[in-house]
Amino acid sequence: MKNATKVKYLLIGNSAGGIGAAEAIREVDKTGTILIISDESYPVYSRPLIAKYLAEGYPLEKMLYRPTDFYPKNNIQTRLGNKVTHLDIANHTVRLEDGQEIQWQKLLLATGGSPIIPRVDGITKKGVFPFITLDDAKAIDQFVSNQTKAVIIGGGLIGTSLTAALVEQGVEVTVVEMKEHILNAILDDEMSVIAEATLIQNGVKVITGHTVTKINSRSKGDDTVSQVTLNDGTRIPCDMVAMAIGVRPRSELVSGTGVTTNRGIVVDRYMTTSNPDVYASGDVAEAYDLVYQENRLTPIWPNAYLGGRIAGLNMAGRITEYPGGTSMNAMNYFGLNIVSAGILIPADDSYEVLSQRSGFNYV
Amino acid sequence: MKRIQINESVCIGCGLCEVYCQLEHSQSKDLIKVFKREYPQPVSRLSVEQREPISFAVQCRHCDESPCVYACLTGALQRDPDTGIVTVDIDRCAGCWTCMLACPYSVIRQDLYQGKIAKCDLCKGREIPACVENCPNEALTYVEEDSIIPQLQLKREAS
Ligand SMILES: Cc1cc2nc3c(=O)[nH]c(=O)nc-3n(C[C@H](O)[C@H](O)[C@H](O)COP(=O)(O)OP(=O)(O)OC[C@H]3O[C@@H](n4cnc5c(N)ncnc54)[C@H](O)[C@@H]3O)c2cc1C
Repeated sequence: MKNATKVKYLLIGNSAGGIGAAEAIREVDKTGTILIISDESYPVYSRPLIAKYLAEGYPLEKMLYRPTDFYPKNNIQTRLGNKVTHLDIANHTVRLEDGQEIQWQKLLLATGGSPIIPRVDGITKKGVFPFITLDDAKAIDQFVSNQTKAVIIGGGLIGTSLTAALVEQGVEVTVVEMKEHILNAILDDEMSVIAEATLIQNGVKVITGHTVTKINSRSKGDDTVSQVTLNDGTRIPCDMVAMAIGVRPRSELVSGTGVTTNRGIVVDRYMTTSNPDVYASGDVAEAYDLVYQENRLTPIWPNAYLGGRIAGLNMAGRITEYPGGTSMNAMNYFGLNIVSAGILIPADDSYEVLSQRSGFNYV
Repeated sequence: MKRIQINESVCIGCGLCEVYCQLEHSQSKDLIKVFKREYPQPVSRLSVEQREPISFAVQCRHCDESPCVYACLTGALQRDPDTGIVTVDIDRCAGCWTCMLACPYSVIRQDLYQGKIAKCDLCKGREIPACVENCPNEALTYVEEDSIIPQLQLKREAS
């Protein structure tokens, strides 16, 4: 590789996982070159705050996860707005979209997740949005007004954050959830009923046990959203559709490289993949879950940061074990505060379920 | 770095530590005003855990590996690498409460008026934190980190 830039540590993904690793590396190795690459062009920002940005125009400065002098101060190089298109593990190189080659000694894949695109007719029409990045939030913000009617496909964490944000903007929102209840991955039935009631009280239509099968336009040749059709034939008029059925680990870079993947990139307790020079953390990684005591996807910010940190320490030579993470969420919609962690719906009756409810307070 | 030593065996649960914590973090710094007139009332950064006859006050332990800092979604929580103190940049706290979920000691409090967290800052700028200084029984003392004694050992010594 003649013209390749050489770096000691290459981190792909400039978010929780990448920053956790960079900070940890600098605790151990003050001088080794660190390069962070991301196809997003912003300095690291808090992804969960894109909902607040959309809801209330939360200022960008306050969304930044680290001060503006973070990169130079820690002697971290960046290539932002540039995508890694090819990974060659045997030669320890990557190729970027613009043709640059970079040679690395240790690599972290903190590439996060990409939105799962539901198999729905018309999903590429104008007015259909994902909600994962700041640019997605900006695009939705540009698109909507207080006359907009939106259908959100998926009542999970992202769909619910988006719903709350759109309601703030005066948008009429319908949530379509395939399962019996919204937020079913992180709440038990009783709690999700409370969450649903809160959305309904705030003017949201919640349709559970249904899917969207088709996105329609007013006429042939027209490519803008005018309506969706549900699996039972019901039609809901709308100008906007959001895809919020979840994220899928963005592990395409390792396909064909021999690095082991299952649902995500599989890592051991040191955040090392099946290749000793390649690490992974965050939404892309399948790492140890301390409640289930097995490897799982736990796509939340704290686990991405901590996993990145452990990866970084190990990459720099300070051998450190990942204590494990688990699914754990704190939410706050329309004044309803919810926290959830671990196993909510027991697999069998060998678990004891303790719960207590008084009015809208449920433990 | 100095840390707060808790000594459960001599804590009588009087709650003065909470009172003085609130006073220290108030606008007026005047005891009567704080409790009678100041609005919003400052939140105590520590709480006295009590189940008779056991009581003890707990405040942020300023962990070296700080789960709250790692969990913070916005970057508002930071641990100063020089002083070891974990502080919150309140302006950047979004009130998501993720840190409360992550804290193993349950010492991060909600300031519901502001919609943000409130946590111990070891009374920045003060030589001795207010809770320690006003503890009538030395159930809280401010000592060098390496002389912190675990509760169980303290108990054994006391009995
Ligand atoms: C709306 C919303 C709300 C959320 N709310 C919460 C919450 O309340 N609590 C919580 O804990 N979590 C929440 N999350 C989840 C949280 O944001 C993620 O778990 C976290 O961002 C994962 O961090 P990461 O570093 O793994 O990856 P990401 O944050 O996904 O970052 C990965 C980065 O890598 C870039 N990248 C990927 N592939 C390439 C490539 N080939 N070349 C260059 N760059 C690439 C991506 O563009 C992206 O910028 C929320 C997420 C969303 C979308």
